[in-house]
Amino acid sequence: MHELAITEQIAEIAIRHGEKNHAQKVTDLYLVIGELSTVIDDSVRFYWDLITDQTICKGAKLHFNRVPAIFLCLDCEKEYRLSEGDLTPCPHCGSTRMEVRQGKEFYLESINIT
Amino acid sequence: MSRKVSVVEKIHSVNDQLAAENQGRLLEAGIFSINLMASPGAGKTSLIEKTLAGLDPAFSVAAIDGDVATSIDADRASEAGATAVQINTGGQCHIDASMLRSALDTLDLPNFNLLLVENVGNLICPASFKLGTDKNVLIASIPEGDDKPYKYPAMYQDVDALIINKIDLLPYIDFDMDYFNKGVEMLNPGLTTFPISCKTGEGLDSWITWLTEQIQAGKSS
Repeated sequence: MHELAITEQIAEIAIRHGEKNHAQKVTDLYLVIGELSTVIDDSVRFYWDLITDQTICKGAKLHFNRVPAIFLCLDCEKEYRLSEGDLTPCPHCGSTRMEVRQGKEFYLESINIT
Repeated sequence: MSRKVSVVEKIHSVNDQLAAENQGRLLEAGIFSINLMASPGAGKTSLIEKTLAGLDPAFSVAAIDGDVATSIDADRASEAGATAVQINTGGQCHIDASMLRSALDTLDLPNFNLLLVENVGNLICPASFKLGTDKNVLIASIPEGDDKPYKYPAMYQDVDALIINKIDLLPYIDFDMDYFNKGVEMLNPGLTTFPISCKTGEGLDSWITWLTEQIQAGKSS
């Protein structure tokens, strides 16, 4: 059910920007989604057609650009990636103190309109 | 002719905007507010009951309970002495800022010192939808297992305090507190944590003291 609310928000933004630019149709949406965002592409696609049926977004294609998660170790100050989706200590020094540098993004970057 | 339009707008921007408005209203009314999140059965409503019983009765408390259906939770909060409002989310797995706004409309906010928002029982979705409350508080409970920080990192990352409920069950359940705490520490270093039991009352004093301090800090600022 999470994805339903999210898909409605995506449609709302795309329609608003489409109308502002006098679009007849929105044909493509380019979304940026961090690895740590809990969003399932297939579920969004599933709801997309239902939600946009009567709108200028009908039939628009969804493009998902997945951004990998990158952490910064607060002790040795080196960056590291998430290994296989698991929460792991810093591979350089073993510290568990870290902050998320990248991977929580979730935004609509651009749309194509006609 | 197809053309590209730059948007660069956060998907949650509409909700975030409404959350900021809620925050403004709560701040203006001088009411301290908490978004209480947990999985189903972790003890959200029990904690609200125990909190109402333990707090200085001079504080006036409102509770907003989010559930997919029924008013069981709001009835319990009301029974325990809060002015309770039920939100039925109609299948949605979380409360969002617009639902909270509608619920706030039904309350005379300046009359209250504390607002407890009981989110829908869920460890995934509520983390993504800000409400505009002062603090986000997560309740974990012993029977859920010690691996939850590892499995639901987003939820543990963005909270301001963590309650570990049902510690009276520790002797009966394989729950490695060190492993649990290590995960929490990685996600949210230095997080304020309250191990409690709503059943025996153990640890509730520290939670009530913290909450009272927060309410008073809000009043004086």
